[in-house]
Amino acid sequence: MSVLIFLDQTDGHIKKNSFEAACYGAKIAEMLGTTAEGIVLGSVKNDLTELGKYGLKKIRSVKNATLENFDDEVFTHVIAETAKSTGATVIVFSNNFNGKAIAPRLSVKLKAGLVSGAVALPEVANGFVVKKNVFSGKAFANVSIKTELKIISLNPNAYKVVEAEGKAEVEDLNIEIPQGRVKVLSVDKVEGEVPLSEAEIVVSGGRGLKGPENWAIVTDLAKALGAATACSRPVSDSDWRPHHEHVGQTGLAIAPNLYIAIGISGAIQHLAGVNRSKTIVVINKDPEAPFFKAADYGIVGDAFEVVPKIIEAVKKLKG
Amino acid sequence: MKILVCISKTPDTTAKIAFTDNNTKFAEAGVQFILNPYDEWYALVRAIELKEADASTVIHLINVGTADADPIIRKALALGGDEAFRVNTDSRDSFYIASQIAEIARQNNYDLIFTGKETIDYNGSSIGGMVAELLSMPYISLATKFSLSGTSATVIREIEGGEETDEVTLPAVVSCQKGMAEQRIPNMRGIMSARTKPLKVSEPAPVDELTSIESFELPPSKKGVKLVPADQPEELVRLLHEEAKVF
Repeated sequence: MSVLIFLDQTDGHIKKNSFEAACYGAKIAEMLGTTAEGIVLGSVKNDLTELGKYGLKKIRSVKNATLENFDDEVFTHVIAETAKSTGATVIVFSNNFNGKAIAPRLSVKLKAGLVSGAVALPEVANGFVVKKNVFSGKAFANVSIKTELKIISLNPNAYKVVEAEGKAEVEDLNIEIPQGRVKVLSVDKVEGEVPLSEAEIVVSGGRGLKGPENWAIVTDLAKALGAATACSRPVSDSDWRPHHEHVGQTGLAIAPNLYIAIGISGAIQHLAGVNRSKTIVVINKDPEAPFFKAADYGIVGDAFEVVPKIIEAVKKLKG
Repeated sequence: MKILVCISKTPDTTAKIAFTDNNTKFAEAGVQFILNPYDEWYALVRAIELKEADASTVIHLINVGTADADPIIRKALALGGDEAFRVNTDSRDSFYIASQIAEIARQNNYDLIFTGKETIDYNGSSIGGMVAELLSMPYISLATKFSLSGTSATVIREIEGGEETDEVTLPAVVSCQKGMAEQRIPNMRGIMSARTKPLKVSEPAPVDELTSIESFELPPSKKGVKLVPADQPEELVRLLHEEAKVF
């Protein structure tokens, strides 16, 4: 019996969302009176023993040239084999892009019930019930997993990373790796930016900014806060900003600790992508903007006057 | 080329979310239902574009749901589906639903199966991957572009902070999101012809449900916005730092 956590990596670095999944999985292991183990596929630059600080006792590492590119079928096979040989009873993923590709496959392969988009620890006193996000952030469902083996994919930024003392034991696994059927031709990533799905603070701009030439107030505030930048749908549709920055119903759904919306009116489709943010700040010159109803803090005013002063105040605070 | 597009019935994006029966059922009264936007705008419309490029293409639709879904199935037929299947069940378990889709797919040998990236009600993002595994097909999730050359497809999928370009030989399952295609409105000819297109209803295959929804709950309501005067933006920074403690 154990809890197995998939530690997703990019360019040899384990993703922040995976540390959240590790801490979450370690807590479930504690609740069930068992141990938490991580699985890493492909070569990483991290010192794997250090992952003990997230509560992991053991790291299963599988290295093979085939694993250097992501293939959900191959990854599913390796995780399934590992889960069987280690006797895992709960498998945890981050509900990020790769988690969404692997977890459903694994659910079928192992005939293990899956809850995707979990936002809290399971209730284990009577069965195994996991709270998940439904109706695009407007409600939660408590879902019972009826199978012995259970899979949970945890929403990014839904569980706090806590570090403690501890070293993990690392074990290299030899598993026969099948050939993948999806060939990766190229990977294009924006360098040096905080990925939106991992950001704790997000600064977002809307049509109220009037044009891409005015985006400096958004990017400067983001820089001062160490935040990621985002935008509303009309902004990405008009190509003022790249499509991967679009948050909302049809774009990315995010749940940062702080979401600052500048010049965004707050259409219900936009709110569906950001309403799980812990604190929402709205800056808009229209006091009737619907976004104020969903906000925690707001300023009714001209963004071009207000935001530069906020940037100054943040810089002063951060010294 | 035979394409299967998986379609789901969801509440409209602006629908009020409430629950009945001791918080175990979604309150449907007065709610307008629509074709799940990801299934419609991206999966179905991309399939229609492929048919426009190659007239021999056949588009089948599948819905796993009750008779309430028939109007949205007719809409999908009006947009350009050729034939539809509905498996008659009210199950909410992804594995159960994916198994029904796989069952229909096995009988019809599709080259391509499209799903939307997720439904806007249960947000599971699971059906595509499950169907792929059930049919032992390759799966590309969260695709933003799809192009075809013979039996080989080039697909762009979204990854953290960027995109990945993949190549795959059909048959394959692809989950579709923004970028794949643009929303269309059915025309009168489509609406008329949809009335006579086949909609075959069948009973579900016996499959286990692996999960069940015990209850729903609404998030605690917001306390209301705290407004800071426009001439004191530094006060906002102080509140975020000292009260909300977000940086």
